[in-house]
Parts: sequence; structure tokens; C-alpha cells
Amino acid sequence: MPIIHIDNKAYEVKEGKNLLEACLSLGLNLPYFCWHPALGAVGACRQCAVKVFKDEEDKKGKIIMSCMEPVKDQLRLSIDDKDARNFREHVIGWLMTNHPHDCAVCDEGGSCHLQDMTVMTGHSYRDYHFTKRTYNNQYLGPFLNHEMNRCIQCYRCVRFYKDFAGGKDLDVFAAHNHVYFGRQQEGTLESEFSGNLAEICPTGVFTDKTLKQHYTRKWDLTSAASVCQGCGLGCNIIAGERYGAVRQITNRFNGAVNGYFLCDRGRYGYEFVNSKQRIKTPMVYHGPLDKANGIPVLQHVQQRMKPGKTIGIGSPRASLESNAVLKELVGAENFYLGVSAADHDLVSLSLKILQQGPVRSASLQDAAAADVVLILGEDVTNTAPMLALSVRQAIRRIPVAEVINQIHMPAWQDAAVREAVQDNKGPLYILNVQETKLDELAKGAYHTAPDNIARIGFGVSHLLSSKMPEVKGMSEQGKAIAGEIAAVLKTAKNPLIIAGYGGGSEAIIKAAANVAWSLHDMGIDAMLTYTVPECNSAGLEMLGGHRLESAVDRALNDEAETVIVLENDLYRRLNQHRAEQFFGKVKDVILLDHLYNPTAEKATIILPAGTFAESDGTLVNNEGRAQRFFQVFSPDSAVQESWRWLLQIANTTGHATLSALEHLDDVVDHIARSYKVFEGIDTLAPHAGFRIAGQKVPREPHRFSGRTAMQANVNVSEPRPPQDMDTALSFTMEGYRGEPPSSMIPFFWAPGWNSVQSVNKFQVETGGPLHDGNPGRRLIEPHVNGHTPFYTEVPEPYLPLREHLLLVPLYHIFGSEELSIHTPGIAERIPAPYIMLHSEDAKRLQVTEGHLLHFTDNGHHYTLPVIVNDTLQEGVAGIPVGLPGMQISEAPQLIKV
Amino acid sequence: MINFWWIIGGVLFALLNTAAGLIWVERRMLALWQDRYGPNRAGPFGLLVVLADTIKLFFKEDWIPPFADKVVFVFAPGVVMLSVLMSFVVIPFAPGIIVADLNIGLLFFLAMSSLGVYSVVLGGWASNNKYALLGAMRGASQMISYEVFMGLALMGVVVLSGSFNLGEIVEAQRKVWFVIPQFIGFLIFLVAGVAETHRLPFDIPEAESELVAGFHSEYSGMKFGMFFIGEYLGVTLISGMLVTLYFGGWLGPAFLPPVLWFVIKTFAFIMLFILFRASMPRPRYDQLMEYGWKVLFPLSILNLMVTAAIKLWLNS
Amino acid sequence: MFSLVRSMWLIFLHMFHKRETFQYPEQKAPLPARWRGRIALTRDPDGGERCVGCYLCAAACPVDCISLQATEDEAGRRYPEFFRINFSRCIFCGFCEEACPTYAIQLLPDFEMAEYNRQNLVYEKKDLLINSEGKYPGYNYYNVAGIAIRGKDKGDAQQEEPPVDIKSLIP
Ligand code: SF4
Ligand code: SF4
Ligand code: SF4
Ligand code: SF4
Ligand code: FES
Repeated sequence: MPIIHIDNKAYEVKEGKNLLEACLSLGLNLPYFCWHPALGAVGACRQCAVKVFKDEEDKKGKIIMSCMEPVKDQLRLSIDDKDARNFREHVIGWLMTNHPHDCAVCDEGGSCHLQDMTVMTGHSYRDYHFTKRTYNNQYLGPFLNHEMNRCIQCYRCVRFYKDFAGGKDLDVFAAHNHVYFGRQQEGTLESEFSGNLAEICPTGVFTDKTLKQHYTRKWDLTSAASVCQGCGLGCNIIAGERYGAVRQITNRFNGAVNGYFLCDRGRYGYEFVNSKQRIKTPMVYHGPLDKANGIPVLQHVQQRMKPGKTIGIGSPRASLESNAVLKELVGAENFYLGVSAADHDLVSLSLKILQQGPVRSASLQDAAAADVVLILGEDVTNTAPMLALSVRQAIRRIPVAEVINQIHMPAWQDAAVREAVQDNKGPLYILNVQETKLDELAKGAYHTAPDNIARIGFGVSHLLSSKMPEVKGMSEQGKAIAGEIAAVLKTAKNPLIIAGYGGGSEAIIKAAANVAWSLHDMGIDAMLTYTVPECNSAGLEMLGGHRLESAVDRALNDEAETVIVLENDLYRRLNQHRAEQFFGKVKDVILLDHLYNPTAEKATIILPAGTFAESDGTLVNNEGRAQRFFQVFSPDSAVQESWRWLLQIANTTGHATLSALEHLDDVVDHIARSYKVFEGIDTLAPHAGFRIAGQKVPREPHRFSGRTAMQANVNVSEPRPPQDMDTALSFTMEGYRGEPPSSMIPFFWAPGWNSVQSVNKFQVETGGPLHDGNPGRRLIEPHVNGHTPFYTEVPEPYLPLREHLLLVPLYHIFGSEELSIHTPGIAERIPAPYIMLHSEDAKRLQVTEGHLLHFTDNGHHYTLPVIVNDTLQEGVAGIPVGLPGMQISEAPQLIKV
Repeated sequence: MINFWWIIGGVLFALLNTAAGLIWVERRMLALWQDRYGPNRAGPFGLLVVLADTIKLFFKEDWIPPFADKVVFVFAPGVVMLSVLMSFVVIPFAPGIIVADLNIGLLFFLAMSSLGVYSVVLGGWASNNKYALLGAMRGASQMISYEVFMGLALMGVVVLSGSFNLGEIVEAQRKVWFVIPQFIGFLIFLVAGVAETHRLPFDIPEAESELVAGFHSEYSGMKFGMFFIGEYLGVTLISGMLVTLYFGGWLGPAFLPPVLWFVIKTFAFIMLFILFRASMPRPRYDQLMEYGWKVLFPLSILNLMVTAAIKLWLNS
Repeated sequence: MFSLVRSMWLIFLHMFHKRETFQYPEQKAPLPARWRGRIALTRDPDGGERCVGCYLCAAACPVDCISLQATEDEAGRRYPEFFRINFSRCIFCGFCEEACPTYAIQLLPDFEMAEYNRQNLVYEKKDLLINSEGKYPGYNYYNVAGIAIRGKDKGDAQQEEPPVDIKSLIP
């Protein structure tokens, strides 16, 4: 490893980095703006100047931009050199000439990289007295605020938005000192990753608009490490609270999962926590003849817990702890998985494949390192958004790897490398029912019905491995595309196959497994990613339980009187008809949930459950990675974690094992001991007794303000702050100020680094893993024993049937997820319900775009406006899933029109 | 016998009232020297502030810290009151007005004043608090050290008068007050007296800027009041002793009764004590000890030897 | 030694000096204008609330006795939705005034705010907001800040150029 001398001290550094990265990785403070660990360096801001010297004798040296200079052995540089310091101070001075006097009203203030760097360089007095340039701002939609005056022209925004995330509608306009970063016209930013601009932009040009609605400075937030509830990928987030409301979600770096970024559903979907529809108090429904009013709610519950007649319905959006406690409380034979039949089939199949097959599931960062990507029947941007960002990185990275050898440039030389790569892209193949956003990157994109996609998948695996059956009667086009894909896959080193719940087809999932497995048999290090619908879908399936349908049957056979529904809206899981039947039959419905939903209408007892922000728990993502999320704040109402409610119920009924459990650690240890699959989840984070220097880790920064005034309107004597018995975090600003274990970092801050950029100080090296490892633990590892359990039954091709349409599910990043739609900003972006038809079908049904189409399914009548899309196969119709106002229609299924 | 009880009663009454009144006097005097008014609101000239303070002390929560040694904690403030009051037994206020005319009166005074150390040490120890303990330790070494010079300084007076009986010592000053032949002894006794009562500038055991309130940090209510009164009684005692030993006790021109002379002189010294407090900074602890052992100690020995030599020479 | 005697003498002489005490409440002490007493929220020259809800005072306060919630009105002006000072905690250090970038929060020469009930020492915005510019007349934060509010568009603030035309490439 090369040795470099910084200010006459020798340091060993890693090869292939630039000097800025080397300095920052060593923990030294060196200001910068335009460089970003995920974006590389372009040398645009001139802020990272240092002086380098030829040799020991050289006293004069020369100033260079450290981000543009690679590490060389025996290089001598000085950060502290007077000229270099003056240079950096002047650069900030120039950047500031046009900077508005805005900090007081700027949402970036207190977490502003520009503020930090200004202080770091020592530029403390403005010596420019002339006029300032100004800009007009643009409306950019419900997520981001635009205030162009504050721009320092570092170009990070466009480099992220266009180059990294593939957005089309943000660019740089005008010339010389008038350059403008915005849209060609006012309007909503289209990218699903636009929210990251708020973190990427080192100034207050782009700021979080939802935060502005209830603005709080970073130093005033009570924060905790959490895990996104938006989809099954389990991105790591930091949630910040003040005055009992969640105020902001920011990215929590996890080098194995989401890295530096989040999607907009995850970043902005948090406001359901503050929703008016929150259930805050326990409620018991009283019949007119009921005399039991006034007794504690748990006693009501106890009276209804009829042995043998009480069933529990778990939830894929509740923590593992809550589900496991419910299962234990009602008994394994009475525990049902609260997921739709389709989701259950798809997720359990995916899990089985990952557990029993020889190919490993890919993390998001593994996915970004793939060299060929094949997506089968999945619109990743909408079903697992951050996976789409990873796929983009993979596709972007592949030609870079080729080109840097030709031009002898390191990969972080962003501008030069981009110039050399031009429009070259890595191989990506997409088979989906309709076009997707990633199609523009794909070498080949092919749109057909789910069964046909599966057939092509089987075809590819046949071409890869002769053990696979041949697919009979494939179309010429299908053959061609299968051949092309197989040929590319054969040359790959670590290809990635993606499938999942989005295709709605078991056959596709099996086909994906076949492809990955045959690659594995060829000695290629293939990876397999299955998406799952919800944040704990995988965890719930691993826990195991009966199908929801059988719960309905059981109720209809009069074998269930009381049902405990855990954080679930059964109307989203069952079709309306079945749900009505079910609720009509059971006598008591005990619901634990946080939002008032149609199931709550049927409940006889409602217990207010905590959302992720009020709970501690564990989630398992699609990769099989278990991750702990921590309670952000202690609510001032009866709201508490579902598992705690269930433990209290167990206590009243005198349940033998459960009444011995009280705190999170008890539950987690119990699960880790009782289930082989969950072994090790007790090591995800330190136990509640964990202390550093005898102290807990504070959720509040040391600058937290207003402690003696926040509640003074209620009572001038401050109450005792809430105590956290479940974790080693405290709800106050008292505690250990140094770096906490990586799994429980409540916020990123380091002396002199108030902005998100402080994450550098928590990493082993810039962009590298966190100091004591990336949090989380994989529970699923491939099963390699030389025998691969290939699937051999090839589905029949789908051929359009007269008078029939095959409904396929279409997912939307904004709208298909149950909780995030309660955020006003997201609600604004939800599409209206529709049915998507091929133009031929539309012609046949005599409708055109915008017309209403009526059809009946399962006794339920639907009326939906038509959207025409010719990338659908004829005979296939797409319907959006989960949109509000879109009563569920099961998909995929054949309907008669 | 009846007379005896009258004297005890009278002395006790006068002393306790003086001590209480001193609260007011001290505050007014300090204010006077600091360009303020001092307590002037409650009653005429603010005199009732004494009453107010007493009431306040009585109504304060009489708190015994849970970590303290309860018995000793309660007992300590009593010791200071008792030992000081006992010393007054031997002071001749005027011919015939004395509680117990012991012929070892001076020794009795010394014995009693050394008992005072106990209250400081026990109070500080029983409080079980680091500041209190530090204060107590300082107090113990300070008082024990200064007692030595005090005793040695007094020996000069004994040598001159040839008696330990305080009445006789006063009588021996009919010609000339001992402050003239024993000026050095007087100074030493004055300094030692201030140290013995741990008054400013020698309030090192309390030193509020360093030790919160030193040995009585944990005390409140009437127990604190006892320490407080004990201190004022101590001031009165040392002033009374100064008058008795060096300023001719009750002696004075006959237009005033002897008791009054005694009282006037004593008050003059009390004022001096207060002036000390108003004008002098507190020395460091090590300075105090050094000053005692390196300056006062040799000086008092020298004083004793010179006095004895002169006396021997005169006698022979 | 001599200096001790001398200082005793000098202090003794103070007996004959004039008393410095003000006989409050009959006699009021004249307070300097920068005396740090009761805290008020002042207004702009045009009558608008000066406080923009930046939270700097709250962060500066060593006893954490200021709490507020920032919000924005339809004119684009930021203001505190509520602003609370718990005077039973305040130590009148004046840090809040020093931190305030808009001269909104000011300590005034008034200390007569004793209460029998501690709860009454909790002041809300209606108790704090006064109809005056306080010690700094003429200052209007929005005249120097870059954000636009109703009636003050981009380019209207002091020393600002009119907004650039981004469609133009002319140098
Ligand atoms: S971008 Fe930073 S420096 Fe600029 S006004 Fe906002 S907080 Fe202040
Ligand atoms: S808008 Fe932000 S990220 Fe973009 S160039 Fe300006 S300062 Fe940089
Ligand atoms: S004067 Fe000091 S203590 Fe009082 S509110 Fe202001 S900053 Fe806080
Ligand atoms: S510092 Fe000034 S502008 Fe900012 S919140 Fe406080 S009073 Fe308002
Ligand atoms: S960080 Fe090096 S020039 Fe911008």
C-alpha cells in the first residue's frame, strides 16, 4: 500500500483513491463540494485545494485539487499549508459573493454543508460589497423546494439526477455566471429518486418540502435508526421527531443495502405517522345491552379470548416480534398469514428457492456490481424502487470498467470517464408485461404476457443447460430474444436475475430460478433477487402460518369466534365478498393497528398500535437480511408496540411462556431460541443493557433546544423524560457523545460536520462500510450440495381468448403501498384508477382512451377509465394495484368482459 | 444561692440576646462599610430582621440527610453552643458578677475552647459529604494549631499577674492594662482568637467559595442556627477575653458602672471583628498554617521568654 | 502587614461615604438601555413580525427555555406558529438576543415580572410580541435576505440585481 506524507506525517493509504478520499478516510478535515463518494470527482468547485511538494527539499510546492489527483507512493502534500488555506478561504469567499443572506429562513441551515465548509475554511467576514445575482425559482412538485439563489454551481444535482439516477427533466441552463439548475419548465420532477437532491445538494437550493410544512432544525430532532416501511428492500433510514410528530426521513448509510440514497416513497411516505386517521386510544364496541363498560380494555380482550376458538392473523407490515408473539399467543395452529393468496404463493416460493437453491440472494449493493442484468416480469422502478437505482448503477458501471483500462484513468475521474464511455451501456434485458422506465437502458426489452415471459425464461435456461426441458412452440421472436440473452449470460461473471411479486406469476419466479441455477451449474457466480411486496413479507413467511383463505373457511365452519388482526386491513388481502363473509361470521374482531381502515370498521376492540416510529422491532427484507429498527419517540397516548399489547394480553390470560417476557430483548431472544431460521437476530443490535462509558446513546443531539419550554404550556414543572427500557438508546440529549455501534446510529454528526456529509466520519473509508460493519444480518444463505432442484414444467403459452381479458397487476411507486399514500405529497402523485388495454382490445370492446369500461368479477362490479398502451400484449389488461378507490380485483386472472 | 441563679440567668439572657442581636449588628455594620444600608425594612432600623430570621430558621425543614450519621449529626451543633457558653462561666463581668470564680479560670477557658473543635469535626464527619469533611479537617488542624499560640500568648499575662484566676488578672491591671507590656501577646491572642472562632478572614473551614459551606454544608433549620449562634457567641467570648486579659476588664473611670465598662469594651472588639470581615481577604489554607507555625509560634515563645526574663530580672 | 491595616482604615472611612442603595420600590433604579430584562419579540418597520422562526435563539439558550414552531404564511414570510419562553428558567444571559439574525428577540430594561405562581412565568407569543422595533429601529430582515415574499420579489432586496434571464446566452 502506498505511503503518502500529509503535513510531514506518513500515512498508509489505499491505492486507486484520490487524495481527497485518502485524506477524508484518514479522518482529516478537508473541505469539498463537488466530489461525492457515489458520484466521483469533477474538480468543479476548487474547494479541495492542497499543496503538493516534489520532494522533501521542495518548499515552494504547488496547489492542486486533491479530488483530481490519484494517490501515489511517497507523495508529499500539505493541507495546512498557508497558501492552500488561503486559497480555500478565497474560494469560499467567491462562492459567497452571490450567496443570499438566507441562513435564518433556509431549511438547510444547521445541516448545511456550505455552512460547515465556510466555518472550516475560516471565511468569516464578507469583503464583497457589490450587487448579488438573483434567480427565479421553479415549482418542482410536492417533494422539493427550489431556491436557486443559494446555488454554488457545484453540479452535484445534475450529476446525480441525470447521470446517476437517469432523470431527464433536471438540467443546467444558461451560461457563464448565470448557470441555472432546474427544469426546462416548472413542473413536478419525474424521477423516483428526486428526494435525494435534498441530501446531494450541499446548499439549500433543493430542500425537503414535507419538512418545510413542519419545519424543525436537525439539531432539534429526536432521531433513531430505522428501516423503511415502503417496500420489501429494507432501506435504512433515520426518522426524526419533534412535538410528537415525525418531521423528516433521511438516509442512513448502509454499505450493503441502500448506500447513500433512498427512493421518494421511502423518504416522503412517513406522514401516515402524523395522520388524522391515527388510532390513539383503545376502543371497545359496546352493544346496547352490554353492561361491561368502564373495565380496562385488556379485560375486555381477555373475556373474548376463547380457547380453541381464537385465531390470529399476522401481517407483512408488522415487525417480526409482533407476528411471533401473536403466533405464540394464539398457538401455531391458529395463526394465519395476513397476506393475499397470490402474495403468499409468490413470496413463499421465492423464499423456498433462495433457501434450497444454490444461488445467493443479492443485496442492493451486490446488484449494483452485477455485469449482466436480466429482469423477468418486474417493473422494478415501481415494485422495488431502489433496486432500479442499483440496476442503473450496474449498467452504468460495466462500460466504465472496460474504458478505464483504455484511457488509464481511475473510475472516480467522473468527467473524463463519462466522456470516454459516451452512451455505452452494460447488458440489461427486460421482459415485462408492458414497458418500464428501465427499458431505455436495456439492450433488449420484450413485452408479453406473464406465462410467455416465463416461457422465455425457461427457454434461456434450456439454452444454458441441456438438463432443462426444451420449450415447445416458442415464437420466432421469443426464440431470438432467448438466444440473445443466453449468449450474453454465458459470457458474464456475476450476472443478476431479478423477478418477484410484480409479475404475479409463479412460473416467472421458477423460470428466474432456473436461469440463475443453470448459470451456477456452469460455474458462473450468478445472483438472484426476488422482490417482495412489503417490509416484512419475507419475515412473515419465514415465521410460517396457515393461508388466510383457510381462516375464512374456518370462520365459515363456525370454528372461530374471535380473531385478532395484527396491523392489517383484510380488505386489501381478500376480495370484498370473502372479507364480508368472514367478518359477518366471526363474533369478535380485535384489531391492533395504527390507522383507521375498513377492517377497523368491523372491529369490536381496537388497540392503538405503534407505527415504526413508536416501535422497536425487526424486519426481514427480500434479501433475507434481518434489520432492527428503533423507536424514535415515546408517544404521549396509549399507543404502544403491537408485541407489547400482545404480551399484556398474554399476561391477563396467563399464557405460560409469554407472560415471562417483558422487554424487546426478551422477545427477540425468545424468537432467536425458538426458530432455527431466526437464529442470530438477537445480535442485530446491542442489548438494552449496553453502555458506552457507562452511558446510553442519546437520540437527541447535544444542541437540542427547548427542553424546559416544550411542555411548559401544560405544566411549568418538566415531567421526567420517558425511559427506554427496551434498547440502549435514551430519549434525551444525555448520554455518550462519541460514535455508537453502527446498528444504532441515531443521526450522523461529527464536530465541524453538521450536514449529512458527516457520514464520512463513520465509515472505514469514504464510501466504505460503517466502522463496525454494515448493520443487519443475512438469515438466508444458499444451499449448495451439488444438486439443483430445477423446475421442469413449462407453462403453456398465453394466447388471447375471445371475450376474455387477462388482468395483470401494475404497481405504482406512489399509490400501491398502503401506508405511504397517507402523505399528502404522495397522494398528489397517485394516478387515478384505470384499466390499461391494448388498442386492438380497445377497438374490440369499442372503447377509447378515457372511456369507462364496465366489467364484473366475482360478483363485484367494476367501472374503470381506459388507458391504451400498445406495449401490452393483446388480450392482456393491466390494472393498478392498491390505489385508493380501486377496490381490489385479484390479478392475474382471466375475466370475461 | 438565689443570687447565683440570678447571675446565671442574667448572663445567659444577655449572651443569647447579644448573639442574636449580632446578626443584625454585623449586617448593618458590613453595609455601613460597603456604602449600603443593610437590613432596614423590618421594624425600627430593621431590628426585627433578627426576629424574622429566627422565625425563618425555626420554620425551615429540619432535614437530616439520609446518608448522614444521624446521632452525631444532631449532636454536633449542640457541642459548639455548650462549649462556648461554658467558657463564659469564668469571665468576670464585674466584681461579683461571675458564675464560677475558679482559680484556674484561664485554663478552664482554654479547655473549653478546645472542645469547640469537636463540633466542627463531628459536624463535618457526620454529614458524610466531601465538602463538609474537607471543611472539618481544615477546621480541626486550624483550631488545634492556633490554640497552641493562644495558650502561649496568654502565659505572658499569667506571668505578669501571677495567677490563673481571671478576677485576679483584672485586678492586676489596676496600674496599667496588660495591653501595654504584653502588646505582642495581645496581637497574637487577637489573631489566634479570630482563627479559633473561624471568623473571616480565617473562615477556612467554611470558605464558601471553595467548599460550599464547609463543615455545615448539610445543615439547615435550627441546627444550622446553632452553628450560627455558636459563632457569634465565640466572637463575644473572644472579645470578652481580650477585654479581661489585656484591657482591664471592668476597670474604668467611676462615672459608669463596671459592668457597662466591660460591655462597652467588649463591643468595641466585636466591631473590630466585623471590620476584619469587611476588609480582609481570606488567606489560602497553607498560608494560614505557615503563618501560624512559622511566625506566630516563634513569636509567642519569644514573647513568653522575654516576659519571664524581665519579670525574673525585676523580681530579683 | 501595613497594607492590611491601611485597607482596614480605608474601609472604616467608608462609614462616612454616601450610600449607593436605591430604596426600591419607592425609588426606581435608572436602568441602562441595554439592561437584560424582560424578553420581547419586536416588529419590522412595516409592522410585520420580525421573528422568522429560525430556532437560533432556542439553540443558543443555555437553559433551553425557548421553544417555538416555525411556519410560513401565504405571503411567504416565515413566522413562529407559537413562541414560548419559560421565564422561570431564563437566566437573562442575553444569548438569545445575540443569536437572533433578525433583531427580533430583544431583552428590555424591565425586571418587574415576579409572580406568585410559577406557571404564570411561561410566556406565549401573545405575551412576548410588542408593537415596536425595540432597540434596532429601521432593520428589516427581508430587505437583506434573498428569499422572495409578497411585495418583495427576487431582485428587490438591497444590493440585488434583477433575476437573470436563463434563456439568454449573451455574456
Ligand atoms: S444554503 Fe447553507 S449557507 Fe446558504 S443560506 Fe442555506 S443554510 Fe445558509
Ligand atoms: S443546486 Fe445545489 S447541487 Fe446543484 S449546483 Fe447548485 S449547489 Fe450544487
Ligand atoms: S436570556 Fe439567556 S436564558 Fe433567557 S431565554 Fe435568552 S438565552 Fe435563554
Ligand atoms: S433567533 Fe430571532 S428570528 Fe430566530 S427564532 Fe429566535 S427570535 Fe425568531
Ligand atoms: S471537491 Fe475537489 S474541486 Fe470540488
